Amino acid sequence: MDTKQRDRLKWRARRGLLENDLLLTRFLDKHLETMDEEEMERLDKLLLIDDNTLLDLLMGRTVSDDPGLAGLIANIRTST
Amino acid sequence: MSLPIRKFDAVVVGAGGAGLRAALQLSEAGLRVAVLSKVFPTRSHTVAAQGGVGASLGNMGEDSWLWHMYDTIKGSDYLGDQDAIEFMCRMAPEVVIELEHFGMPFDRNDDGTIYQRPFGGHSQNFGEKPVQRSCCAADRTGHAMLHTLYQRNVRANTQFFVEWMALDLIRDANGDVLGVTALEMETGEAVIFHAKATLFATGGAGRIFASSTNAFINTGDGLGMAARAGIPLEDMEFWQFHPTGVAGAGVLITEGVRGEGGILLNKNGERFMERYAPTMKDLASRDVVSRAMATEIKEGRGAGPNEDYILLKLDHLGPEVINKRLPGIREIAIKFANVDPIKQPIPVVPTCHYQMGGIPTNYHGEVVVPKGGNPNSIVPGFYAAGEVGCASIHGANRLGTNSLTDLLVMGKSSGDSMIKFIKGESSHKPLPKDAGEYSQARIAKLDEQTGGENVADVGDAMRRTMQAHCGVFRFPDMLIAGVDKIKQVAERAERLQIADKSKVFNTARIEALELQNLIEVAKATMISAEARKETRGAHDRADFHDRPGFVAGRDDQNWLKHTLWYREGNKLDYKPVNLKPLTVESFEPKARVY
Repeated sequence: MDTKQRDRLKWRARRGLLENDLLLTRFLDKHLETMDEEEMERLDKLLLIDDNTLLDLLMGRTVSDDPGLAGLIANIRTST
Repeated sequence: MSLPIRKFDAVVVGAGGAGLRAALQLSEAGLRVAVLSKVFPTRSHTVAAQGGVGASLGNMGEDSWLWHMYDTIKGSDYLGDQDAIEFMCRMAPEVVIELEHFGMPFDRNDDGTIYQRPFGGHSQNFGEKPVQRSCCAADRTGHAMLHTLYQRNVRANTQFFVEWMALDLIRDANGDVLGVTALEMETGEAVIFHAKATLFATGGAGRIFASSTNAFINTGDGLGMAARAGIPLEDMEFWQFHPTGVAGAGVLITEGVRGEGGILLNKNGERFMERYAPTMKDLASRDVVSRAMATEIKEGRGAGPNEDYILLKLDHLGPEVINKRLPGIREIAIKFANVDPIKQPIPVVPTCHYQMGGIPTNYHGEVVVPKGGNPNSIVPGFYAAGEVGCASIHGANRLGTNSLTDLLVMGKSSGDSMIKFIKGESSHKPLPKDAGEYSQARIAKLDEQTGGENVADVGDAMRRTMQAHCGVFRFPDMLIAGVDKIKQVAERAERLQIADKSKVFNTARIEALELQNLIEVAKATMISAEARKETRGAHDRADFHDRPGFVAGRDDQNWLKHTLWYREGNKLDYKPVNLKPLTVESFEPKARVY
C-alpha cells in the first residue's frame, strides 16, 4: 500500500450522508495517522458499504457479521 | 503548458439524481457521455432524501397535476416560474413510472400500484384537503433512486470519471460553453473535457452555513464555476432551514421532540417561546420557532461559550418517555452533541437544508442570462439541473418531496435538450487557445502562495459569518454588516495557502478549491439577501414583517422578481417572474395561509 493511501481513505470518508461524514472524520482525525496496513485495508472495505447501511452500523442499529469490520466499527463508535 | 484534451458529445458534472437521470437520457440516445464526480455516484447527497417523490399519480385518492402545480406555486410564495412549475407537475407521473420500469423498488399498495405517503403542503382541489402524493421506497427513496439510475447508466455505457473534480467552465469568445477543466485526484493532473454540451448537476452549497444538514461534498462547485465564468446566480437569498439541528454538527432533531413535550430554553433557562407564541409555545409553526430562536441568539441570550445556540430540554420527560418514544433522538444527541438528553439539554440551532436558487435556466434546463434586452437569452451548450439549477420551480420556498421530482424531471428535460442541441452541431466548436490556462493559474497560485491564509480558518470565518448574519431570520443591521464581513472573508479566500504541494490525492488542495467555490455562493447569498427589502418564503426579514398593507411582509409591487447576482463587482440585476403557465390560467399571488 503506497504512502498516499491515507489521503485516499480520508477522501473516501466523504459520504452522501452528513452523519457518516461526522462519525468517520472524527475517528480518522484521531487515528488515521497511526493505522497500520491491515487496519487501513479494513477501513477501505468498510468505506465500500453504502451510506444507509453504513450509518446503521455506525449507530449500532445493525451489526456486521464480518469480525474484522465489527471491531473497526466498535472503535469508530467509541471514538469521541 | 497546454492540458490534455478528452472529447465527448456531452459532459455531465455531478452524479447525483439529476446528473444520472440526464446522463441516462444522453447515453440511451447513443451519445458519448462523460460523467465527472468527486465521489462514487451512489455516495452523492441525493442518498439523504427520505421524503419521497411528489407526483399526482392519484393512487390513494383523486389527484391532478394542476393541484400539485397550485401547491408548488403557493409553496414558492409566488416567486416560482409558472411555466416551469406546470412542466414539472405534468411530467412528474411520467418520470416516476419510468423509474418504476427501471427497477426502482417503490413501496406498493395491495393492488400493485405505487403506494403514496401523505406529506405537508400537498392538497386536493387547491388547498381543500390533504392528498397522499409522495412516492417512496421505505425511508431510502434517494438511495434506491441513485442505485437504480446508476445501474441503468452502466448498462447504457455512460463513462464515469470518479474522484474527479471539475475546476472551471470553458467558454469561447462568443460565450458558448465548450466543456470544463477537471482535476483527477488520483494523479493530480488537470484535463480538458471538450464537449458539445455541458450539464452542471453539482447539487447545493449548504456548507456555506455553520449549521447545515448537507454532506461535506455539497460545496457548490457548479455555482462557483458558473460565477467565475460570468454567469449570474439567481435567487441565492432563498435557503430552506429547519429549526432544530444539533449545534456544531447539523444533524436534525425531528420536530416530533417538541410534540412529545421537549421545550426550548435560552441561556437564562427561560422558556422563551411563551413570549413569542403564548398559546402554542414550543409547538408553534416552524417559521415562528425559527424566528424566536434566531431573535434570542441575536439579542445575546443564546447559550454556550459563544452564546450562539438554544437548549432543547427533554430531561423533565423522564428516561422512560425518552427511551420509549424518542430512542433515535437520544442516540443522535449522544453521538453528535455529546450530551445525554436524559440528563442534559441538547444544543440546537436553525439549520440550513436546501438551496432554492442557483444557475438560471428555463424548463428545458438551458442556462439563460440577460443579453441584449432579453432577460432569458440562452447560453449555447450550457445546461443545469437539480439543486444547482434554478428554473425556477421552487421560487422562495420548496414544497416537500419536490426536490426529487425536480431532479428527475429537469434531469430528463436537460438530457433531451442536450440531445437536440448535440445533433444540430456537426462538429465540436474549436477550443480557445487559452482554454485551461485559467485553471492552471488557479492551481499554481495555490501552490505558490506564501504568507497566505489557512483553508480551515477562512472556511470557519465564512460559515460563522453566514450563520450569524444571514441565517433563518434576518435583521437589517446584521445583513449590512454581513456584506462587509463576507467581502473581507472573500479577500482572505483569494490568498489561500496549502502546506501539501504533492500531486497525488492531495485533499488539502481539493478542500481549498472547494472553499473557492463556496465563497462565491456566500457572497451571492449575503448580497442578494441584504438587497431584497421584503419577507418572502424562506427569506424572512425582521424589518419587513406583518406590515399593514402587505401580506406577511411580502411586497409584490416591488419584489415579485428574481434576483441575479454577478461575481464581477457584486452587481445585482433583476428579472420578472414568469406568471404565465404553459396551458392553464395564471395563479395570481395571494396570501399564503395553511
